[in-house]
Amino acid sequence: MTDLQMTGPLVQVDGLTRRFDISKPWLNRVLEREGKQFLTANADVSFQINKGETFALVGESGSGKSTIAKMIVGLLAPSAGHIRFDGEEMDFASGADMRALRRRFQMIFQDPFASLNPRWRVRDIVAEPIVTFGLLKGPEITREVDRLLDVVGLSAADAAKFPHEFSGGQRQRIAIARALSSKPEFIVCDEPTSALDVSVQAQILNLMRDLQDEFGLTYLLISHDLSVVRHMANRIGVLYLGRLVEVADAKRLFVEPQHPYTRMLLDAVPDLALSGRRRKPVLGEIPNPIDPPSGCAFNPRCPLAQDICKAQTPMPRATPTGEAACHFAGQVGEMA
Amino acid sequence: MTTDTQSRFARIWDSDIMWSFRHSPVAIVAGFVVALIALAAVFAPWLAPTNPYDPSQLNLMDGFTAPMEPNAFTGNSYILGTDNQGRDVLSTILYGTRISLFVGLSAVLFAMVLGITLGLIAGYRGGWVDGLLMRIADVQLSFPSILIALLIFGVARGLIPPAYRETMAIWVLIVAIGLSDWVQFARVVRGATMVEKSKEYVQAARVVGAHPAKILIRHILPNVMGPVLVIGTIGLALAIIAEATLSFLGVGVPPTQPSLGTLIRIGQQYLFSGEWWILLFPSIALLALALSVNLLGDWLRDALNPRLR
Amino acid sequence: MTGDKMKEPLLSVRDLVVEFPTRHGTLRALDQVSFDIGPGEVLGMVGESGAGKSLTGAAIIGLLEPPGRIAGGEIRLRGARIDNLSYEQMRRIRGRRIGMVFQDPLTSLNPLYTVAQQLIQTIRTHMDVSEADARKRAVALLDRVGIPAAARRIDDYPHHFSGGMRQRVVIALALAAEPELVIADEPTTALDVSVQAQIIDVLKEICAERGASVMLITHDMGVIAETADRVAVLYAGRVAEIGPVRDVIQHARHPYTAGLMGAIPTLEQTSDRLVQIPGAMPRLNSIPTGCAFNPRCAHVFDHCYRERPVLRQAAPQHEVACWLTEEGGA
Repeated sequence: MTDLQMTGPLVQVDGLTRRFDISKPWLNRVLEREGKQFLTANADVSFQINKGETFALVGESGSGKSTIAKMIVGLLAPSAGHIRFDGEEMDFASGADMRALRRRFQMIFQDPFASLNPRWRVRDIVAEPIVTFGLLKGPEITREVDRLLDVVGLSAADAAKFPHEFSGGQRQRIAIARALSSKPEFIVCDEPTSALDVSVQAQILNLMRDLQDEFGLTYLLISHDLSVVRHMANRIGVLYLGRLVEVADAKRLFVEPQHPYTRMLLDAVPDLALSGRRRKPVLGEIPNPIDPPSGCAFNPRCPLAQDICKAQTPMPRATPTGEAACHFAGQVGEMA
Repeated sequence: MTTDTQSRFARIWDSDIMWSFRHSPVAIVAGFVVALIALAAVFAPWLAPTNPYDPSQLNLMDGFTAPMEPNAFTGNSYILGTDNQGRDVLSTILYGTRISLFVGLSAVLFAMVLGITLGLIAGYRGGWVDGLLMRIADVQLSFPSILIALLIFGVARGLIPPAYRETMAIWVLIVAIGLSDWVQFARVVRGATMVEKSKEYVQAARVVGAHPAKILIRHILPNVMGPVLVIGTIGLALAIIAEATLSFLGVGVPPTQPSLGTLIRIGQQYLFSGEWWILLFPSIALLALALSVNLLGDWLRDALNPRLR
Repeated sequence: MTGDKMKEPLLSVRDLVVEFPTRHGTLRALDQVSFDIGPGEVLGMVGESGAGKSLTGAAIIGLLEPPGRIAGGEIRLRGARIDNLSYEQMRRIRGRRIGMVFQDPLTSLNPLYTVAQQLIQTIRTHMDVSEADARKRAVALLDRVGIPAAARRIDDYPHHFSGGMRQRVVIALALAAEPELVIADEPTTALDVSVQAQIIDVLKEICAERGASVMLITHDMGVIAETADRVAVLYAGRVAEIGPVRDVIQHARHPYTAGLMGAIPTLEQTSDRLVQIPGAMPRLNSIPTGCAFNPRCAHVFDHCYRERPVLRQAAPQHEVACWLTEEGGA
């Protein structure tokens, strides 16, 4: 591979949109004279993830970050838009051709107590992708599982145990070993540490970094925790009510936020260093995603909002640090 | 904490479920009764004093012998007396329980396999498949299950040529009871499947593209078996009673192979003429069996329910 | 606080032991936990899941889930013991003298009654006021906790409010009878980051206004840092370290606290790797002898395996349960 390819996009997402039909059953709709109701979890989301980097998506509840993760790994079908993996269109409906592509990406889930089948032994859990893809046979599988357990900091003796014999952090290690077993290039990590205690979170985050260095992995990290995202990511996308409001280089996002929502999120992070920075309470709450505000969805909470923000949905525009979808991008410095 | 050095038996003995069993007097008694009846039924050919199915061993002169009393004509004495044909009541109960248990177990097994399969498919697929299956279940639930069993039994007998009716009767009975009982299993399994399906371990399997059948059988099925065992146990009691009811009504097993229900039907004809034992002892056997199985089911439900622990 | 040393603490917990009898033997979930909360003080109680922080709160308000029981020690509220009261006596203290705010607002609010009914009932149960006065108080309270158009919204049911607004209602409810102490158990954990700060501010201000002390139970060191006066760090059912927030955060003395602080990624940090404490907190059935932290500690020495360290003063107001800490030393 040439250098150019090495840094090219591994995953490319274009105009990704997902609507959920949340209508009442047909009979109720007829009787109550109601139409169908839709919830737009994601609207027109576009971004790309480069090889070897960690791209993070942050957002609060209702921002649709997990929906994006699920669409990328094929757990949900997009209502519109395209996902390309290494230049190839991901079309989960077609089936046959996806097998080769599927082996190249994996997912780590939020809740290590739900992501491991309680009736399976660790050996079978970790080997599931190997068996499904038919990568190895018989004793080779056992050897590979032992090796993977060692890689994530567990011992080969753990292979015979059941998940309930492990703590939350150890379970997440098992889940990581499973994700690594098909030798993927890309791993979607959906809130991988939000169910864990901080001391264990540090172990898992460090492990994820080590694995990235060792195997040249590319991560999509989904999180609501800005501190975790800052620690892990190269580039960050900020989601608000299903739309990408800002994408920026990680280090710079925290210094020069371009979108007022990003700025607001940063101000809300508790000040652990006791630097005297006062956490600023934010105005209002996240609106109901079934009935989002017109124009820019953030306008009712935004200190910079003007008439145009209620009338027109802002398109992403280039900023010094990346891009932001705001009519007044770049003016957040003037926020009080 | 279990260790590898412990034997399999020790681990099972120490498990939560066994601990709960050891601390529930009702469960212990019920388990003991069920085990006793089951063993007696299985070993009936060796335990029973006579073989009630063998006409050569029967002596009509022995008919209506009261328990523990010598027969007026032959002088033979039977612990539980004899029935109208001179069959030893104890032996007929042992053989009858055998048939009752066989029909009950087979019917529940049939209902279980059918209910689990349809429940898994309905819960996992959702959509119109789920809608269709559950509406069928709703319709069936609005009729008493004994009525459904009678209907299926009647239709089946109409379809089977008369020469085979005797031999096929027992299988028809099993299918009829099973078909009237699958809904319970399907509903519970469907609900549990919908819960399990949304869990992340199933999503992890879907991410690697595991086949839906494999996900259902290897992932979801083992995790929905808890509630299935509970309704299976309670369903067994119901199936035994359903079999007895059908046999009592005269549409069950043929009189040449009497089950507990058949025995009770024969017995009730003689209750008011003074031969009470022909009715009483099979009834006690049926009651003890159904009650114990039911109590075991109740205990199992509580033991498997983490909220009540 | 140094000047207040002679002042009687509002809440005093001494050598509190909470046990859970199980079929595998008795588990000790809290082991000789001691701390004080002064009048008007905010004490943060921090620890990882299973450390016993919520259990401490439950033991204080007499709501331990059976079979859990207080097996030793004492709890005093203004000098009077409250750990041995009858259910009825304790019920009168809950709500009146100790208010409670839980993680999930829905567990503290009855979905079948309007907010007005619940507030007025709480006020009138504990205070001798008329219905109209109680309603006036209730509206004022809701207004104070930041519910817009309180006079109108008071007649809404809990499900009409958003998560953040519900938690405000719960805070109003907890403070309705003007308690001396508010126990807040993970009050912001279920909320979004942008709402957390609002709730913490409301809780802190309104308690300060009314002179109520707060016991703030949380796993989030950030919340403690900006809210609490002092903090107690719990580990495996024991107090590892207790002291003024600034001291504990910036000069943690217990190796566990130090590890915990290093493990939290912050917006300010520059290093690539986080400090990590190996292993995990022991389960209750396998707490090591001596110091409970000894298998994970980088500074462990033989004494740590033999004897359990007691809380000793390391700096003014700052107590640490570690053999490395020298009495009164720096």
